Amino acid sequence: MIQSKTLGSRLSRLMIMLALVLITFVSLAPIVNTIMVSVSSSTAVNAGRVYFFPVELNFSSYGQILNDTKFWKAFLISVERVLLGGAINMILTILMAYPLSRSVTQFRSRNKYMWIIVFTMLFSGGIVPWYMVISKLGLINSIWALVLPGAVPVFNVILLMNFFKGIPKELEEAAFIDGAGPLKILLKIFIPISMPSLATITLFVIVGHWNNFFDGIILINDSEKIPLQTYLQQLSLTRDQMQNLSVEQLQQFNKISNTTLNSAKILVSMIPILLIYPFLQRYLIHGIVLGAVKE
Amino acid sequence: MAQVETTVNQEPEVRYRRKKKRKTFDEMTYHAMLLPGMAMLFIFSIVPMFGVVMAFQKFIPAKGILGSAWAGLDNFTYMFQLPDAKQIFVNTLVIAVGKIVLGLIVPIVFALLLNEVRLKLSKSTIQTIVYLPHFMSWVVLGTMLTMIFSFDGMINNFLEFLGLERIMFLASNDWFRPLLIVTDTWKEFGYGTIVYLAALTAINPALYESAAMDGASRWKQTLNITLPGMFPTIILLGTLSLGNVLNAGFDQVFNLYNPLVYETGDIIDTFVYRMGLINMQYSFATAIGLMKSVISFVLIVISYRLASRYAGYKIF
Repeated sequence: MIQSKTLGSRLSRLMIMLALVLITFVSLAPIVNTIMVSVSSSTAVNAGRVYFFPVELNFSSYGQILNDTKFWKAFLISVERVLLGGAINMILTILMAYPLSRSVTQFRSRNKYMWIIVFTMLFSGGIVPWYMVISKLGLINSIWALVLPGAVPVFNVILLMNFFKGIPKELEEAAFIDGAGPLKILLKIFIPISMPSLATITLFVIVGHWNNFFDGIILINDSEKIPLQTYLQQLSLTRDQMQNLSVEQLQQFNKISNTTLNSAKILVSMIPILLIYPFLQRYLIHGIVLGAVKE
Repeated sequence: MAQVETTVNQEPEVRYRRKKKRKTFDEMTYHAMLLPGMAMLFIFSIVPMFGVVMAFQKFIPAKGILGSAWAGLDNFTYMFQLPDAKQIFVNTLVIAVGKIVLGLIVPIVFALLLNEVRLKLSKSTIQTIVYLPHFMSWVVLGTMLTMIFSFDGMINNFLEFLGLERIMFLASNDWFRPLLIVTDTWKEFGYGTIVYLAALTAINPALYESAAMDGASRWKQTLNITLPGMFPTIILLGTLSLGNVLNAGFDQVFNLYNPLVYETGDIIDTFVYRMGLINMQYSFATAIGLMKSVISFVLIVISYRLASRYAGYKIF
């Protein structure tokens, strides 16, 4: 691209850079602030002196977390949920996306399945019947209640299906002549070349399971079995108990809740996401754009 | 079509039969692959759909759906009489439309700004950072934002520093909605840029070169090449967002609201949750949920129709 080097263009480029730096800073500010709160002393935090630098550096909240068995129990349940639920999600997504990516001539019932799947995405019976089905199946208080109801991420199935559709026909024809069946074609050709898409979907699935707090609230009554986000939710924002509090009482509630410790817990809860995010996010653009916007 | 002659020397009829057998085998495999997923969808998505009959009943859990008495449209008439119901409908609409509008504009502007950055490293660093909030849960962000927007939090300290009054953002009916809209946009704008950036890379560079030749400034190039180039994508995403006007974002509201801001912050989804699962008014909650589902369904169908007609968009 041709770039003139006049004063005006330099100035505008400087302004753009400044705006971008500011936006990036704003994106990161709450996280940085939370990190600083977690490593500052409680008195400094309550006095409102902590912004983007630690005040009276103090790592005791992290020491407290190490001894917090409830926190780690919830953490482990979330890990279990991600591994179990993630595996189920990925297997079912791949198994469903492949047949649906076939043309109607290859797979006559394809459109019938498609309509059912899209309909479940667009319409739902609502939360009350959903809860009742899960409770009738006896899943309440088990890890399966967190894993099975969302076993099929319909949006991801469509994303992957569109990606599969874009794979050149010649590739599978060669395998077909060699006598490869659908399962072999899927395993040996489609999965290996769909890695960017699969990485994107894996990221979605892991984040989805890790971040979900709501099913933990309604489907798990046993406080020993709640996942991490539900634990955090109940920890800092016990809304139901605050139903009848006045403004002053709310203020008071915020004061006595241990902000430093809660911040530390929140940051520890983000570690798994922050660990996998950099590895998988570079596939994002590729994965999303190819799968989502189909022209 | 992936059907290729297997062996050239065979009798045509034998070949045909083999082909057909193979095709049936392939199709059976496809059905088998779909079976586990369809079973899950049936149990957890389709069976609950039949539960909507509760909306037309005076549902009593002990009697079940088959034993409960019918109530006709009583639950719906009650809904229209209840002042709260009207309020949550308005809240949902205002919050959702606010999020859609701001959530459309900010990523466009941001993508345009980012497009001016030529250095690949700084571009991808900025992208990585601004996408990040999208991947954090509203529990985590809710806690952070409650801290920052609290009465003695960072924002209020800053307002005081500027000589302004402190504001009860999370307890004020004037401020709660703008807070929801702005923080949601903050969380999602980076992620929303992805599609626009992809649209920008699709613009032919030759257009810029010839425009620069003709003496067009960067600003003129942006106005006359970049924006028109993004236009189809903008129209597409704008149309598709129509289906979301009743989705004001349960997770966010649930993690930020409190009884003091029910008047402006309570949305359909949070109301249904409280009515259905906390106050155990099953039938009433289902009726409101059904109302929302039906309207949303119609809106989504309309928006996809429009998107496929005017932007050539197809989901499958």
